Amino acid sequence: MKRRLKERYQAVAWQEPIILELGSPGERGVLVPEAGEEIERVAGDVLASIPAEVRRKDVPRLPELAQPHVLRHYLRLSQMCLGTDLNLDISQGTCTMKYSPKVNEQMAALPEMTELHPYQDDDTVQGILEIMYRFERILKEISGLDRFTFQPGGGAQGIYTNACLIRAHHESRGDKQRNEIITTIFSHPADAACPATAGFKVITLMPDENGYPDLEALKAVVSERTAGMMITNPEDTGIFNPRIREYVDRVHDAGGLCSYDQANANGILGVARAREAGFDMCHFNLHKTFSSPHGCAGPASGAVGVTAELARFLPVPVVEYDGKRYRLAYDRPDSIGRVRGFLGNIPVVLRSYAWSMSMGPEGLRMATDISVLNNNYMARKMAAIPGVAIPYPRASHRLDQIRYSWEPLRQATGVGTHDVRRRMVDFGLQSYFESHHPFVVPEPFTLEPCESYSKDDIDEYVEVLRHIAEEAYTNPEIVLTAPHRSTISRIDESALDDPERWAMTWRAYLKKRKKR
Amino acid sequence: MKKLGLIVNPVAGMGGRVGLKGTDGPAILEQARELGAVPEAPGRAVEALGRLLRLKDTFNLVTYPHDMGENEARRAGFVPTVIGLIEPGRTTGEDTRRAAGDLMDRGVDLLLFAGGDGTARDICTAVGAGLVAVGVPAGVKIHSAVCATTPRSAGDLAALFLEGKVTRVREAEVMDIDEEAFRAGRVSARLYGYLKVPHEAGMVQSLKAGSRGGEESALDGIASEVIDRMEDGRLYVVGPGTTTRAILERLGLPKTLLGVDVAQGGRLVAGDTTESVLLSLLESGPARIVVTPIGGQGFIFGRGNQQISPRVIRKAGVDSIIVVATMGKLVALGGNPLLVDTGASDLNGDLSGYVRVITGYRQEVACKVASYT
Repeated sequence: MKRRLKERYQAVAWQEPIILELGSPGERGVLVPEAGEEIERVAGDVLASIPAEVRRKDVPRLPELAQPHVLRHYLRLSQMCLGTDLNLDISQGTCTMKYSPKVNEQMAALPEMTELHPYQDDDTVQGILEIMYRFERILKEISGLDRFTFQPGGGAQGIYTNACLIRAHHESRGDKQRNEIITTIFSHPADAACPATAGFKVITLMPDENGYPDLEALKAVVSERTAGMMITNPEDTGIFNPRIREYVDRVHDAGGLCSYDQANANGILGVARAREAGFDMCHFNLHKTFSSPHGCAGPASGAVGVTAELARFLPVPVVEYDGKRYRLAYDRPDSIGRVRGFLGNIPVVLRSYAWSMSMGPEGLRMATDISVLNNNYMARKMAAIPGVAIPYPRASHRLDQIRYSWEPLRQATGVGTHDVRRRMVDFGLQSYFESHHPFVVPEPFTLEPCESYSKDDIDEYVEVLRHIAEEAYTNPEIVLTAPHRSTISRIDESALDDPERWAMTWRAYLKKRKKR
Repeated sequence: MKKLGLIVNPVAGMGGRVGLKGTDGPAILEQARELGAVPEAPGRAVEALGRLLRLKDTFNLVTYPHDMGENEARRAGFVPTVIGLIEPGRTTGEDTRRAAGDLMDRGVDLLLFAGGDGTARDICTAVGAGLVAVGVPAGVKIHSAVCATTPRSAGDLAALFLEGKVTRVREAEVMDIDEEAFRAGRVSARLYGYLKVPHEAGMVQSLKAGSRGGEESALDGIASEVIDRMEDGRLYVVGPGTTTRAILERLGLPKTLLGVDVAQGGRLVAGDTTESVLLSLLESGPARIVVTPIGGQGFIFGRGNQQISPRVIRKAGVDSIIVVATMGKLVALGGNPLLVDTGASDLNGDLSGYVRVITGYRQEVACKVASYT
């Protein structure tokens, strides 16, 4: 048997300070030469052209460092990070951390892409407009919907766009009393937060005993005030609701629209479409399902798709094609306007298009098949680990992810999900994602072994969790005091929800520390 | 130097393993002993104290003699300051109350106690809001929200508080039921009061569900929503609880934490009312009833707010009811429905179904309501 457990793993621990604590006064990375006499004579005092009211009174308190110090600092930081290409990123359930082929990255780095400017005339950017148009056709086929926009710069912004489209639809009909959006507790929290930001009241459905959104509760809350439903399927639990059409019909009967959160569509590509489930709109996170790299706040893209009836409300501009020429169409009087500057994160669209074309329709379907197979293989192995539970056992088999629970382990040993996630980094794994808030599943953790992972990868990952569970029963102290071989050990999290102590910037940190 | 008070109720939890549903009162305790019950609380107290051992030199441990804390403290490796006098092996709730009072007089910074609902209630009676406390779960009945989820997390929470890493406190419900009725198969739970507990997300089960914004902002959102919906001509019958209190506090009105108050047009019409006062007030016009689930089991009627009787509910109308709760509290129900036990089965039936619970500003959760059987 292959040795799977990396017992000798040791993360780099440079104990690196924050860059603002480094350097010394007067230290410089670049010595900017004085302007020559002639330049000075021609250009004059350029600083005098800056209006007084926007001029700094004090020198900015930037760190003063020499080049090698800056380089060393950031190299050390990079060594202390664990990227998705470096470890088995099964840990980030709901995020779909699949392998992003580097050839697509190289394409996005070509000057033909990087040298583009969004203000260029349409005639000079026919290539990228064609890619947008063609990728829109791919997403139309995948979703069954009729028009797409790539403007939203992330999943939540895509959902916000959909909330705005729902509002525009009702307003166009003079239907002003519809101010309620229905969502579910196991949908992504953005399905509640975004409509709230767009001005809606939000009603959340809890799961029934089988883990499906409570249909009776939906029936009880739909009314003439229902503007729409914004929902994920499969939900965070990995459970696919086979009766989704019934839910959609209920909302339609009451006059509401339905928005399908397909941020993570890895369990349904080529299998189930928003159209057949009756949805009016959907969104895809191109940085999840469509392989554009993901994390660290982007770049992301929340591609939004709608039915033909709603297309007139989409943000401007959209890409039109007359058979000869591609153009950006702005003359759309019913549009909700812009949700973001320019056209969106276009390199993300390029990568996703390249990935989709390299996969082909059969490849996309195979990605889903393998993801679901991987997940169910892993579930069998996980279920055999002492202390692990899979909530809602009577639900149908899971699609691409599962929200597991360590509740039995915690009851038996006192070791809970926070502890296990701290211990797993000792074996070279990224600590797992527990759950969105609130924690409906006790002691939760969410795993997603998408199509990039082999059987050996999954076996190794499960072996680490099994080992930690066994430690919890035999030597809980080692888990409770973990991590032992990581970049940092335990951090004091108590300030996280205390505005008096948290600090988002160095300046705020100094100010608050002084006050204390 | 900081001081930690310790009280162990040596008999807490003894009834559970032998099927006695509680150990309040000497006779039932004797019965538990005869059935072979062994003390649960001491071991759990030692486990919790073990988590504090690393801070041993930073605080004084003050406790009562023998099996009320001294033995446990020594077993855990502490050298405690022992105060008070007891009759070992024969302690009662009176001893718990006296110990809590004495420890408060000693100026302890935090009180760690091992016990169940009865113990929490005795401590609440003795110290009220005068002390911050952490409960080590050791009782048969734990309806109260003052206990940490495990002995270990109780110890950790106490450590964070003593180290000054957790400074905020919240009020947690102290519930207890009439044990005699409980053993006879009837449940009659009361809200006895509130104890201050350190507020640390993650350590206490219900808070684990809470958002990072914390309990205060959740309560603030709920209060704003209810006030936005208030109509001037209507009476608002506001049930007990910290969630409902937030509403009246936001209006600048006093709230009886354990009682029912009535407000109208931004004024307090009646405080701490009885059923008959409510009935006569309801003669004057339309009303709404505002309640929150009391205790860990999710009762919205019939526990802790019996003043809002079936006649009161009928008079105001089943449609007049507004239910408020923090998301944390709803999630802590673990998928179980909200419960009604008004004593009138037809009314219980009418109240069953689904209710939109206000969980924040412009936020609701559709919750199932069931009749308690």
